[in-house]
Amino acid sequence: MVNPPVQAETNELALINRPKSLDRNPVWVQTLIYLALTAMALVTLLPILNVFAMSFSEADAIFKHPLMIMPYSFTFAAYEYIFSTSILLKSFSVTVFATVAGTLCNLAFTITGAYSLSKTALPGNKFLLWICIFPMLFGAGLIPTYMLLKELHLLNNIWVLVVSGMVVPFNLILMRNFFWSIPEELEEAMRIDGASDMGILWKMIIPLSKPAIATIGLFYAVGHWNDFFTGLFFLNDNTKWPLQVLLRSIVIDMNALNTRGVTAVIGQDATKIMLTPENIKAAAIIFSIVPILLVYPFLQKYFVKGIMLGSVKG
Amino acid sequence: MRTIWKWRYFYLLLTPTLLYFILFSYIPFYGVVIAFKNFQPFLGIGDSPWVGWKNFETMFSSVKFPELIRNTVLISFYRIIFGFPVPILFALLLNEVRVMWFKRSIQTIAYFPHFLSWVIFGGIIYNVVGPSGIINLLLEKIGIEAINLSANPDLFRPLVVVTGILKEFGWAAIIYLAALTGIDPHLYEAAKIDGASKLRQIWHITLTGIRPMIAMLLILQLGSILDAGFEQILILSNPVVYSVGDIIDTYVYRVGLLEANYGLATAVGLFKGVIAAILIVSANHIIRRTGEKSLW
Repeated sequence: MVNPPVQAETNELALINRPKSLDRNPVWVQTLIYLALTAMALVTLLPILNVFAMSFSEADAIFKHPLMIMPYSFTFAAYEYIFSTSILLKSFSVTVFATVAGTLCNLAFTITGAYSLSKTALPGNKFLLWICIFPMLFGAGLIPTYMLLKELHLLNNIWVLVVSGMVVPFNLILMRNFFWSIPEELEEAMRIDGASDMGILWKMIIPLSKPAIATIGLFYAVGHWNDFFTGLFFLNDNTKWPLQVLLRSIVIDMNALNTRGVTAVIGQDATKIMLTPENIKAAAIIFSIVPILLVYPFLQKYFVKGIMLGSVKG
Repeated sequence: MRTIWKWRYFYLLLTPTLLYFILFSYIPFYGVVIAFKNFQPFLGIGDSPWVGWKNFETMFSSVKFPELIRNTVLISFYRIIFGFPVPILFALLLNEVRVMWFKRSIQTIAYFPHFLSWVIFGGIIYNVVGPSGIINLLLEKIGIEAINLSANPDLFRPLVVVTGILKEFGWAAIIYLAALTGIDPHLYEAAKIDGASKLRQIWHITLTGIRPMIAMLLILQLGSILDAGFEQILILSNPVVYSVGDIIDTYVYRVGLLEANYGLATAVGLFKGVIAAILIVSANHIIRRTGEKSLW
């Protein structure tokens, strides 16, 4: 999907001056609109709530109340179980490493690259920009990339999670356009005061670009957190799997887990603590959603408020 | 030289990014020659024997190939027909809402699935349609035989399209909502004075106002028709539905990495890459021709 522009042009005046008469729809039309939107939201929300409820419920609750959205016979058993398996915590730490190290590298590369590319007077700017955009259009494909990573000894090496996708061309362009929109005069003023090029970047451009950096940083962080392919393609050793690859085994493909000796344990414990694979799947799903839920308010603040709601004085 | 020296720090800043692209995006192009070789891992890329177009001949003559193309294009096509209008409709409906807390709540909920991975969202979907999912539990309760929605070739494409819409409609609407705030409200006033009904206003002003955005996104989606959604399909598919759900990307992954048939997989990947690049460049060209702001 197309990402929204970081700094969308919003017509604030237009919104404030919107004539009140326009806002009136017949009551039945209003009702229909509200009902339709509520339905759309519920279709999105209810399956997530159901998984949430299931993760806190005992085994038989699911069969008695398949449509539950609140936990039934509340228990932490499923969570206790997943925290007792070292494999899940191991892959959690892999993902945390990839997200933190990856995002820092992403931002460093993207900011420095975008800042230079925002200087249209830089000799060769167009050509250099093209070098960075072309990979968006045409890539060598999966197998040649695999071969290269093999040569670089990055296969089965968790650094592959950091290295692949170090700079996403689309984010680079967003960043470049943001830097570009910072008035040239500000930099000149600093230069007259004796600041170096590096000083300007560090002391002025970066502080001024905090919202853009936060937005793009969050894009990258969510990308690393959700990254499934890199692990699937390039990490065969399941002790190095990031969370998403492990989750796929737990959630989609229980058979694969059996062969790796994880469900064998689930099976034993299930009789003891009244858990079904469904409970455990649900808990694993919720476990990996939590970090996204934690950053979601920030995501919201920057994307949504910045783009639209911030301009609607409601 | 003097000017280049003057800009030296900027080149220095750009170097890591450039090196990254050269190493990870350009050097792999050397590996594309595998498509024309009988690749043998112990010989390496350079020493493996050339076989000319043989991998491509195998690809074009295989029974699998027309099926792959058909699945890829059909799934993308259904996505466009059924999925493209949904975010527009959502944005139009949301635009009529004046109760801010309601609007915000709906948006918060609708955007959320975009930030979940397909693994997670797939798990949530499985919880509804899987063999022991909600739908089957409900069917059992009312005494109807359970159906396995997730492993039914007739239902796989609808499943992919519907779940794809569910996950992304909210996020896709952002761009339309941003465009909607840019429409001059005086136009509505004028239309109202001329006696235009609400529907006519939506048709003539709202939709006309966001038409450039609609056109651009539609053309772009047509341009990426060979991307039928790798991750989603990999997550939702299983061998039972390969006949209707196997797309070019999943095939390359399976044949290439799982079956280690590197030559064939590279050939298929290259074919896809070339066609996809042509489509995207043409799409951008069309956008520019229609006078809209193009991507580059």
